[in-house]
Amino acid sequence: MITELGHFALVLALGVALVQFVVPLIGAHKGWAGWMALAAPAAAIQFVLIALSFGALMYAFVTSDFSLRLVVLNSHSLKPMLYKVTGVWGNHEGSMLLWVLIVALYGAAVALFGRALPPRLKARVLSMQGLISLAFLSFSLFTSNPFLRMAEPPFDGQGLNPLLQDPGLAFHPPFLYLGYVGLSMAFSFALAALIEGRIDAAWARWVRPWTLAAWMFLTIGIGLGSWWAYYELGWGGFWFWDPVENASFMPWLFAAALLHSAIVVEKRESLKSWTILLAILGFGFSLIGAFITRSGIVTSVHAFSTDPTRGLYLLGILAFFVGGALTLFAARARAMEAKGVFAMVSRESGLVLNNILLAVAAFVVFIGTVWPLVAELFFDRKLSVGAPFFEAAFTPFIVGVAIVLPIGAMLPWKRARLAPVLARLRPALLLALAVGVLVWALGSGRSALAPVGMALGSWLVAGAGVDIWSRTGRGALAGRLKRLLRLPRADWGKALGHAGLGVTFIGISGLMAWQIEDIRVARVGETFEVAGYEVTLEEVERLQGPNYVSTTATIRIAREGREVAVLHPEKRVYPVQAMPTTEAAIDQTLWRDLYLVIGDPQEGGGWAVRTFIKPFAMWIWAGFTIMALGGIVSLSDRRYRVAAGAARRRGALGGVPAE
Amino acid sequence: MMKRFLLILAMLAAPVSPLGAVNPDEVLDDPVLEARAREVSQGLRCVVCRGENIDESNADMARDMRLLVRERLLEGDTNQQVMDYIVERYGEYVLMKPTTEGANKLLWAAGPALFLLALVMAGIYLKGRARAAAAQGEKLSEEEEARLRELLDG
Repeated sequence: MITELGHFALVLALGVALVQFVVPLIGAHKGWAGWMALAAPAAAIQFVLIALSFGALMYAFVTSDFSLRLVVLNSHSLKPMLYKVTGVWGNHEGSMLLWVLIVALYGAAVALFGRALPPRLKARVLSMQGLISLAFLSFSLFTSNPFLRMAEPPFDGQGLNPLLQDPGLAFHPPFLYLGYVGLSMAFSFALAALIEGRIDAAWARWVRPWTLAAWMFLTIGIGLGSWWAYYELGWGGFWFWDPVENASFMPWLFAAALLHSAIVVEKRESLKSWTILLAILGFGFSLIGAFITRSGIVTSVHAFSTDPTRGLYLLGILAFFVGGALTLFAARARAMEAKGVFAMVSRESGLVLNNILLAVAAFVVFIGTVWPLVAELFFDRKLSVGAPFFEAAFTPFIVGVAIVLPIGAMLPWKRARLAPVLARLRPALLLALAVGVLVWALGSGRSALAPVGMALGSWLVAGAGVDIWSRTGRGALAGRLKRLLRLPRADWGKALGHAGLGVTFIGISGLMAWQIEDIRVARVGETFEVAGYEVTLEEVERLQGPNYVSTTATIRIAREGREVAVLHPEKRVYPVQAMPTTEAAIDQTLWRDLYLVIGDPQEGGGWAVRTFIKPFAMWIWAGFTIMALGGIVSLSDRRYRVAAGAARRRGALGGVPAE
Repeated sequence: MMKRFLLILAMLAAPVSPLGAVNPDEVLDDPVLEARAREVSQGLRCVVCRGENIDESNADMARDMRLLVRERLLEGDTNQQVMDYIVERYGEYVLMKPTTEGANKLLWAAGPALFLLALVMAGIYLKGRARAAAAQGEKLSEEEEARLRELLDG
């Protein structure tokens, strides 16, 4: 019964989405207030309906209703409750429902918080949001219906892929979707602006927080995914340049670019058409990501579905939205006259350079991801594009970003001189050089990676520090410290975001340059030495988990006779799927991770034991956390609360659209 | 349907099957040779898995390839000779780093070419803005004039 209600709610939501798309769009065109006003309640109702539907599906998972095909395929009565809940989106159909739920959530958020938006803009934004909903609801209902029943319900389900039964991965998809779909807001605003034929500072002030939120969610989602890969896959890799990872990385890069170009639109009324284009591309790449993940066309370790109908349908959605938006862009972009003027050396130019580097970096990721497909289709070559390509082709651009970032961030608007900015940044530059030289002198011996990466990371962190310190003006130290605390949160958000990137730089280069690995057979009771650590395999026992059998080792690690840690790496076998997983045991400190993995028993006795020492590993995710925190701090700036009021005033005074 | 789903699940599972890759019994005694073997392995793709190199992969196929790499190294091949040998047997597909031959030139050149193009276009745009700034000179815009009057009169 509840299932049928959920199904019915989903069908109703499709109807509401159609109304939300058509009625406000006509209303905005004709200037009919009543028709425009329909947008907000429609968005709210749509959200309620999809939430009901989602709740019904979750109920089926929680109660292990094995008359539902999706539950049979992806759940099991013995599965822990947490994974029964997260199992809802651990599969193609359920995750699609989560996707449309989030589309509707953003729509409802505009309806709720967007009271101050000019009515015409609001109607058009919600109409576009309705159109996106319509596309994905129909995709869900016609090709991936989660509510299909089984004719003969089995006694138990087939369980969830054990790799997905992990807290890190359980919450990774919702954050990613909040990010992907969050970019639909900028897209809808961009289309609304194109239809309206104008874009101004108020528009950018609305788009920025949504883009920032999307970027922040993507940061969290990508960070969680890479953290999961680090501890779950058994050798501590954290990024694979796998097509599905790239699918989340490209929108992240575009969101970062859009975030910065929207600042120029808001403050200087320039870069308007470019910002619109970025908004279109950002969501376009979210859709490409969905297509890559779900069509199976670029097969990857995490791809969900490999159904050609679904792939074609998604390709249709992608072509419709991106093609339609770009056509509209081509027709209307000329209407976006730039007002602001600025000199060659200025904050504006710095942001243009930032945008070029980020966009080209995203493009490199894109071409590397689709190249195997292109090569096969057009050149009849079966080839691979793996990590070495991306490391060679992508890195120069991101290094470029890191070099210019602290300088660009401190350049004044409109007309600037480089010399004073560089003079202020001198301490940061000296620190970065000192770090680079020190690391080089210590001699990793392997490559330039460590000194260059560490120096760039320090440059970013110190540059962010100099930037925020310089905002406190001149005068006595005490006064400056006081002012530091009173700075707008947006300033803090900026500093945190930039510093976080630097911290991640340090983590990645430290880990990649200095990792130590030891693989050996150890007998129980045996002690061996890895880079100054004495590692003892004390015990190996078999334990029974809730839905798995575990081989758990007890490994004691000491340094110069003093105990450092006792770790319990595990190997689990999930009988339902007959599938093994590794649970690495990690002892984490600021400077290094000790990463232990227990392998198979060996023929001559003993166990395969892998010991990794991973310097600076924690910094990678600390950087992600700081970046995401920067986003949150910036979003809480009171300017966004004030902005709502300002927009209302402007709307009351002269908000007549140029038609 | 069910069968196909299970197959997909198995495919999903196989490449990331996380039991670690290089086993202790494969490791060569000579640490220099072993280091070279690791380096070569990291550039070769496991043909039955997707997107994993043979050094990371747990598949039997990857193990066979790892052993083959070590065998060739023991026989005195250079790293490049080992690579060539494997590519000859398994095809270009196993190379994690695509070659720069033929159409692949497009792949490698795409990023730098786009970057240069973007720089030129941005340069033209920025020049236009700068010229507009110069034309406007130090004069204030209407809004700024109005605001100035407001301040002076107020």
